[in-house]
Amino acid sequence: MVDLINLVQTLTSPHPLDRYLELVRPTLTAREMRAEIVHVDRSVPGSVTLTLRPTRQWKGHAAGQYVQIGVVINGVRHARCYSPVGPAGRGRHLQLTVKAHPDGLVSQYLYRNAEPGMVVDLEPAAGVFRLPDPRPERVLLISGGSGITPVLSMLRTLADEDYPGDVVFLHYAKSPEVVPHRAELDAIAERHKNFRIELRHPWRADTTRVDPTAPWVDVAPAKTSGYFDYDELERVAPWFADAHTYVCGPQSLMAAVRKIFEAEQLDDRLHTEEFTLSLAPVDADEAFGTVRFSASGVAADNNGAPLLEQAESAGLTPEYGCRMGICFSCTAVRRTGCTRNLRTGETDSDPDQPIQLCINAPVGDVDIDI
Amino acid sequence: MTILTETKDGPLVLSPDQIEELGKALDELRAKTVADLGDRDREYLYSIIKAQRGFEVAGRGLMYLGFLPPVWLAAVAALSVSKILDNMEIGHNVMHGQYDWMREPGLNSRVFEWDTVCPADQWKHSHNYLHHTYTNIHNKDRDIGYSILRMDESQSWNVLRLGQPLYAFALMMLFEWGVMGHDLEVENVLSGKRKWSDVKRLLRGQLRKAGKQALKDYLVFPALTGPLFFSTLAGNVTANLVRNVWAYSIIFCGHFPTGVQTFTEEETADETRGEWYIRQMLGSANISGSRLFHIMSGNLSHQIEHHLFPDIPAARYPEIAPEVRALCEKYGLPYNTGPLGKQIGSVWWKICKLALPPSLVKSESSPGVIVMRQRKASEVGV
Repeated sequence: MVDLINLVQTLTSPHPLDRYLELVRPTLTAREMRAEIVHVDRSVPGSVTLTLRPTRQWKGHAAGQYVQIGVVINGVRHARCYSPVGPAGRGRHLQLTVKAHPDGLVSQYLYRNAEPGMVVDLEPAAGVFRLPDPRPERVLLISGGSGITPVLSMLRTLADEDYPGDVVFLHYAKSPEVVPHRAELDAIAERHKNFRIELRHPWRADTTRVDPTAPWVDVAPAKTSGYFDYDELERVAPWFADAHTYVCGPQSLMAAVRKIFEAEQLDDRLHTEEFTLSLAPVDADEAFGTVRFSASGVAADNNGAPLLEQAESAGLTPEYGCRMGICFSCTAVRRTGCTRNLRTGETDSDPDQPIQLCINAPVGDVDIDI
Repeated sequence: MTILTETKDGPLVLSPDQIEELGKALDELRAKTVADLGDRDREYLYSIIKAQRGFEVAGRGLMYLGFLPPVWLAAVAALSVSKILDNMEIGHNVMHGQYDWMREPGLNSRVFEWDTVCPADQWKHSHNYLHHTYTNIHNKDRDIGYSILRMDESQSWNVLRLGQPLYAFALMMLFEWGVMGHDLEVENVLSGKRKWSDVKRLLRGQLRKAGKQALKDYLVFPALTGPLFFSTLAGNVTANLVRNVWAYSIIFCGHFPTGVQTFTEEETADETRGEWYIRQMLGSANISGSRLFHIMSGNLSHQIEHHLFPDIPAARYPEIAPEVRALCEKYGLPYNTGPLGKQIGSVWWKICKLALPPSLVKSESSPGVIVMRQRKASEVGV
């Protein structure tokens, strides 16, 4: 198949075959993976669940992994990572639940505009936050807010496999209404007696039992803090020392869990995934952090100068031209971190974006691929 | 630093303050345009790409009926249009980074390749960097005469220059190969200024790119039409020729018509941003025409705007042009423009005239603009 594509690309040279095919239909691509949105569910306030049909290049995902999708907003292609919420495997469909963050450009866009027929870019599933093979004997899943997505995939995968061991799923949410996929949780709790599902709503102080009809334990504790602590852990999973624990959620939750597991010297059984929002710092003028030039393995303290100058003073000889932002000779990929365009003053922190080194200065830690 | 220009109406002095003011006005125009980029620009580029791909497919397909002369002509026309759009409104502009803001992996200046024998990275060096940074500075901008032609009076004359109209004609016909060879800087290699190892690397890249181009146009596509091999081969050669003649003509109109200024390294040392802008304006010339004409020229018909803002999507130049022109008028600067016939005529006239020994040709310091840069206006006697 690949050889045939290469052969055809002799004819379409210098443009890749996909640059022709995509004009016929965006999902008709030989090499690049894309996905069509086939269903949109906005039944849970503040989030949208998208069902995607990937093109044939899709190899599936392991429970807990994430994918990167790309959408065009006002002419600009933006990429973000989301964890599929469905069970692992090479299904024909892929489900993503996107919480509309107040400052989230892509999540807000998808929340407002996603509709069946829309085509997005899709990258293969990646990430080491995943259930191991073979499965551990006991599994403890802890999540908060939108961190539910990777652990829900784990929970659904274990349910699909009729996993025989103990499973506890402990999830923290602002209120019962904003917990996505409650029907799935419902079904799993009904069907698998060895699965224990506990929802916590620590922000609600009014009642102890939020939904008496729910098959899971749905509480907003009045007496305890309601947040994660050792007592809570002992209560829901007294066997946690024998289990593998997977945590995804806000920093405070992750820190609380990590503290206990470190004290118990169980770090090696704790697996975490951080959903950090990389926001540009407010005051971009202060130079701090480290500039890493990852391809050459060089790092230096950020001194606030344009990246080209910083690379040169670090002993590198990157390609350059005009040094005034017109010729694009020095364009290189910013892997991570935030940079400021010295011409426009705009800061930008999207990962893996090509930038002009001569007119961009780092804001804090930055990793450049030169 | 003051720039003194002499116009038909007498000398014109721009004070450092005025230059800075002009620079700021252009910076603002730039910022305003950049802030407005969005869906419209994306859709425009994609519509051009669609048209280009359409013409290409049509051209390749019609070659199968190439035994009918009118169809052969239509096939050549479609393929020529495809190559012109690919090179000019798409390739040239994308490789300037004009669409990098879209973050479209296939339309980023780092990766884009165009349908011509010159490898993108080499062209970006000689064009984006050397030509656009040092526009019209003698001994820095290698686009002045492309080291083949004498396009400015300050270039020395020798007897070989007499053949210049012929060289120019040959360059026009073989333009894509000329563009490919440009970054080799052959004369610098011969004079020892350039290392052979640099050249070897460039040659390898050229061989790879030109090989692929030649393979598809001169072997694979003709072979795919079976018995029509030679008809298709002739069609593909013709389409490449048409593109060459067109690209040459548009590009030569950008900096060589009468009235365009050249500069010395001395004059342009320690330029301010405003002075850089002024050099770009005085060193470039536009071509007037219809919307279709601008599209087919990759909006290089707006060479002045392109040189001021090489990384702004070219389709924006027609919108920016009136404002640039108004600024020129405000400061008394010339805005060199005219229809294709006039501009290309003046280019060929210059090619022929500068082929002759300087003693035979009347110097043409006026009515063009002479730019002098001095510390103070009083130093040049104003």
